[in-house]
Amino acid sequence: MRRLLVWPPQAYLIAFFLVPTLIMVASSFAWPGEEGGLSSFWVRDAQGIHFDLTFDNYRDIFTSRLFLVLFARSLGYAGLTTASCLLAAYPLALVIARSAGKYRNLLLLMVIVPFWTNFLIRIYALMIILGPQAALARILNALLDWVGLTPVSLLFSPFAVLVGMVYIYLPFMVLPLYANLEKHDPDLLDAARDLGAGSWQRFWRITFPLSLPGVMAGSALVFIPALGAFAVPDILGGTRGIMIGNVIKMQFLEARDWPFGSALSIMLTLLALVVTGLAAWLARRKVGAGV
Amino acid sequence: MYLFLYLPLVVVVAYSFNQSRLGAEWTGFTLHWYQVLFADAEMMRAAWNSLVIGLVASVSATVFGTLAGLALHKFRLRLLPVLIVTPLAIPDILWGVSLLVFFVLLNLTLGMLSVILAHVAFCISYVAVVIRARLSGMDESLVEAARDLGATAWGSFRFVTLPLMAPGIIAGALLAFTMSIDDFVITFFTAGVGTTTLPLKIYTMIKVTVTPEINAVSTLLMVLTMLLVLAIARLSPQIPSGKP
Repeated sequence: MRRLLVWPPQAYLIAFFLVPTLIMVASSFAWPGEEGGLSSFWVRDAQGIHFDLTFDNYRDIFTSRLFLVLFARSLGYAGLTTASCLLAAYPLALVIARSAGKYRNLLLLMVIVPFWTNFLIRIYALMIILGPQAALARILNALLDWVGLTPVSLLFSPFAVLVGMVYIYLPFMVLPLYANLEKHDPDLLDAARDLGAGSWQRFWRITFPLSLPGVMAGSALVFIPALGAFAVPDILGGTRGIMIGNVIKMQFLEARDWPFGSALSIMLTLLALVVTGLAAWLARRKVGAGV
Repeated sequence: MYLFLYLPLVVVVAYSFNQSRLGAEWTGFTLHWYQVLFADAEMMRAAWNSLVIGLVASVSATVFGTLAGLALHKFRLRLLPVLIVTPLAIPDILWGVSLLVFFVLLNLTLGMLSVILAHVAFCISYVAVVIRARLSGMDESLVEAARDLGATAWGSFRFVTLPLMAPGIIAGALLAFTMSIDDFVITFFTAGVGTTTLPLKIYTMIKVTVTPEINAVSTLLMVLTMLLVLAIARLSPQIPSGKP
């Protein structure tokens, strides 16, 4: 009975998740094949079979300025996206959590609905809004022209990538924040008010510290996919908005240097795990210290 | 904030009925782009592929995911919870490239089969999470009562647990279908050259040829996913957050 329940899904996930992931780890230490792809993990010679592995792929990442800059830029994009989402989502989640029950679900549903639209469609929709013929770019360029600057393109720029990622990932921030804020006990705020705390003080000393778990959950949900994003920069970024995900795609589909692509993917995943783990640890320490 | 969320989508829907080819000015109402869409053989093929992949992947993932959800609920396990939760937390691109390498090493020709195998893998977690949430809200004493009244283990499962789980199973299946039909990144790496799904087709249209046809297909897809989501929401109060 137990085996019958556990083994089918477990076997499937071992075959199509665990094994491929381990192969990826192994291939990040392999040499590239002669015609792209991978060369064999081991060689057979007079002494028998032995492994033929290398740290070159990782060394190449750490010694090349280009790739370090790329990682730094991806971290920057993901960090800025997370911060912007937080700034935009916090007031929204607070308003939803404190509104009357009957509007609350509707307001929440309205955050979720666009999120269920295919993200390529949402990116395409943004392309129209940011496009040179749309009102936004026209007004901006008219203003720039008026102060004597050259017109700019909103589309295909780092700015477009940032707007695109905030647009795509915003609901990921709103939902965990709302789930947290909704549980707060309003009596705490009343008590603070009675004891003479102003609204600013009530927010920073009660609401915000209590909401840190929600902030952390939302930030992780935004940061991880944002760091690995490749479709958004691919479509909205032009040549100046390239992120690490685009380079991984190129290594696998165009350059066909799989070991190097694998090493980049492993680094990306580790970076995502380290940053979110660090943030979670910091938040726990802060909560523990009773700030 | 809601304006920021909705304005772009409203513009797409509005433009799908616009006569102008370039899309900048409103020149009058038309259903022309929908006619173009349904006459586009490549687009219809992509839609058909998406539908087949979505159906096969969601049904298989529901079977595996339901077993996993039951197992997580009943037993204290070590490996399975990790295998269910980690896929939800790693970047999509890692899934995509690692499955690409895996399939190529297996000498499996990339196409419908590889995409379906990949979709089943990432949908299992979502189904399992939904089923588990449904089971944890279930009253265990109902099963005990059935056993006390003489039901066999199978009987109490068949006539008590299963009917109570049913809305969770349907919600999980719909969620898996939505995830599958929506997926771009993992499909992009596992589809190979010959196979196109709707998101892949939309991607090519955005990158290569932007025609108002894309507004029409986007509008239809929006309507479809929203109907699916409404169905899920009616069946399961807790919708787990999905992928972007």
